[in-house]
Amino acid sequence: MSLPIAPKPPLRRFHEARWDEPIIFELSTPGERGVLVSRTESDVRSTVGDVVDALPHTLRRETPPALPEMGQMRVLKHYLRLSQENLGADLNVDIGQGTCTMKYSPKVNEAIVRTPLLADLHPLQSEATVQGILEIIWTTEQMLAEISGMDRVSLQTGGGSSAIWANIAMIRAYHEAAGEGDQRSEVITTIFSHPSNAATAKAAGYNVVTLYPDADGYPDIEAFTAALSSRTAALMITNPEDTGIYNPRIAEFVDLAHSVGALAAYDQANANGILGITRAKEAGFDTCHFNLHKTFSTPHGSGGPGAGATAVSDKLVPFLPGPLVERDGDRYFLDSDRPESIGKVAPFYGVVPNIVRAYAWMRSLGAEGLREAAEIAVLNNNYLMKRILEIPGAGAPYASGRRRIEQVRYSWQDLYEETGITSEEIGVRATDFGVHYWTSHHPFVVPQPFTLEPTESYSKSEIDEYVGILAEVAREARETPEVVRTAPHRQTVHHIHHDDLDDPDRWAPSWRAYQRKYFAGDDG
Amino acid sequence: MTPSIGVIVNPVAGVGGPAGLKGSDGAEIQAAAITRGSSARAEGRAADALALIGRMRPGAHVLTAADSMGEDASRAAGLTPDIVYRPAAAETSGRDTTAAATALAHAGARLILFAGGDGTARDVCDALLGDTAVLGVPAGVKMYSGCFAVSPVAAGAVAASWMTRGKHPVAEVEVLDVDEEQIRHGRVDPTLYGMVRIPIEPGRTQARKSPTGASQLGAVRSAAAGVVERMRPGVTYLLGPGGTISEVATLLGVEGTPLGVDVVRDGALVLADASERELLALVDGRVARAVLTVIGGQGFLLGRGNQQISAAVLEKIGDDPLIVVATEEKLIDLGGRPLLVDTGDPDLDMRFEGYAKVVTGTRTTSLYPVLAPESKGTS
Repeated sequence: MSLPIAPKPPLRRFHEARWDEPIIFELSTPGERGVLVSRTESDVRSTVGDVVDALPHTLRRETPPALPEMGQMRVLKHYLRLSQENLGADLNVDIGQGTCTMKYSPKVNEAIVRTPLLADLHPLQSEATVQGILEIIWTTEQMLAEISGMDRVSLQTGGGSSAIWANIAMIRAYHEAAGEGDQRSEVITTIFSHPSNAATAKAAGYNVVTLYPDADGYPDIEAFTAALSSRTAALMITNPEDTGIYNPRIAEFVDLAHSVGALAAYDQANANGILGITRAKEAGFDTCHFNLHKTFSTPHGSGGPGAGATAVSDKLVPFLPGPLVERDGDRYFLDSDRPESIGKVAPFYGVVPNIVRAYAWMRSLGAEGLREAAEIAVLNNNYLMKRILEIPGAGAPYASGRRRIEQVRYSWQDLYEETGITSEEIGVRATDFGVHYWTSHHPFVVPQPFTLEPTESYSKSEIDEYVGILAEVAREARETPEVVRTAPHRQTVHHIHHDDLDDPDRWAPSWRAYQRKYFAGDDG
Repeated sequence: MTPSIGVIVNPVAGVGGPAGLKGSDGAEIQAAAITRGSSARAEGRAADALALIGRMRPGAHVLTAADSMGEDASRAAGLTPDIVYRPAAAETSGRDTTAAATALAHAGARLILFAGGDGTARDVCDALLGDTAVLGVPAGVKMYSGCFAVSPVAAGAVAASWMTRGKHPVAEVEVLDVDEEQIRHGRVDPTLYGMVRIPIEPGRTQARKSPTGASQLGAVRSAAAGVVERMRPGVTYLLGPGGTISEVATLLGVEGTPLGVDVVRDGALVLADASERELLALVDGRVARAVLTVIGGQGFLLGRGNQQISAAVLEKIGDDPLIVVATEEKLIDLGGRPLLVDTGDPDLDMRFEGYAKVVTGTRTTSLYPVLAPESKGTS
């Protein structure tokens, strides 16, 4: 080598690790062990007897589970290799997963939740010995009540969809308590609200009515008026929706819902652009929820554990999931004696480590800091939008020329018509530059969609890097489309086709399903 | 083995557009357009699509018709095609398009790429296609049918992907055509002409996060199941034309008429392909509902392709005569434009104006605006 080293080019010369690692089941060697468990001492054996024999037959396996048999070092290497083969939130400029609010999760909070004082707690310990964590849960609830303006909060739910489920379950219980359970059979939502709103309402037994946006991208208030009736149980709505457009008439929607006796549920899973600026209470909502793993910085965990917060107005307090943490003077206790509660929606008292992380994050920022986080997230987003719209072929449907809140759903439709390159192909090529990219929730209302959300965590130079990558891929789509179409080229895997994922006869969500669908014949 | 692709170019497609003639159907109009200095654009647009196939699938096996009907465009794109059809005369007609499509399907083309407009789509639809799918390279003046890609390169990309994968899901879509004479007099009355299969790109039109409705076909089935769920004993249902409603018939286990109106009651077929007069007799004195879907990209609900379900039939059914069914995709594809009703009876049309509850699945509906364009000025 020679010094000084050459300056770095504007576009990172990235290459992902490629270990070509087998699936762990393929690494199994019969008899190999990571730990040799010592035999039970004879005194213990004679005192306790054959514990396995005491298990009922229905709980006992006929044959041992087909687990991989491996030594410790091989297991470690296997998972370290897999961990190198991804684009984690702490590695890449993770602004391409819009709606998910991929902000920084401060590492000091990880240290806090790993202290033995917290990690060794057991949920069945006596209340007297867990006053500290009960105080944290209670205080976090109070802070979220202040942020939402609502009267009471439960932190029991384990994630966003679980919290949306709690919203509709409470609404159902409320109407049943009022004797209107059978009459109120419909839930109204919008096509740009998170699809879990429609899904949970349907799972709760409701007929779901979906509204489309008007020409400006707002939910169509006339359609909403036409949809309302004495059958309406609830409005379940996101604001701002995935388009990043804030609906300024939201209070009118809520008033209209109330006028027919329906309740209004506010999906605030992502409240990152409005913290300290608007509140569910002022818009008149009866219930709302936050995802602690979006707005409040706890890690997403790729499918869990997340954490949800359910905030309600007075009339829904009796129905909150529980138990709830209550305070009596200096003493905190769990109240399970709540006859109208929808009951447990998760084990015990919520995802305690995430509650602690969110508590620490809010305490470190304070009220002013929370508002500033939202303001910077909005500023970042509008800077990003300006830069993205400078890329030929990129567009932002609806509300042309107006500002957005914390995210934008963009469209590559112009580029697609010109080059035949799809948004999905652009996303795959973007991984060659070391960044993640996502398209849209179901359904694809915006054609060739992509959704970006820079949060408050990213600096201008990192936002510029992301824009530079998309501009480069768009240039390639025009000038060297084969490079995009056959991507990835610098990734862990080569180009793959998704057909197998779309065919239930061919997809393989587990090793067992893979064996059954592809090799059953070989095994006889 | 890589599946073969068939190519047809309607050499005069689009010639009438630049000349302001609203279409290019018929020899007279074509001559008039050429007199006005127009040239056809189909060959160039077909070549744009084929060039992409050539780049993505070098050595791709292409079957086509001679000279200006596909051979020239294929060669311009750098491909070496096999010729399976030769028109009898230098001036080709719609009959040549139909004969070429039949020859391509017979020669083993699993997907036919055709460059043209609605008239060309009609001619392709007339061919004996068997299982062969088609995809339109947009090159015509009128393109109301659902079988066109959004651009020539987009058509090429879908075709190349089809060749790469070998096996590809398909969906049935409507071929519509408009009488050009009517457009020249300011009317747009597309008629439903037939159904063709087009390749669909799963994962490109649907998000992978969605747990159900993973494909358009799944969405159609789900919407149709939503209709079946709403059916009640003793009620007479008039099943209108369209692919989604054909799926309703399939779920009921009755043989449907894709382009006609079938009458079912209690899950059994009462009459297939009924006329207006027959419908009037069948709904007389009975509780009935008409099951309709969105016809074509313009969003017609009533008055196009389903004229048997006339104003008189709807009046006889009485209040709340419709069950409207469509996938969310189909509503989204309307791009915010309202559904349209034109029964010929402006007063009746007015009653439908406002919002329709569109069945999109079991226990799911979308509320979508409805407009009655012919009722304006009467209210």
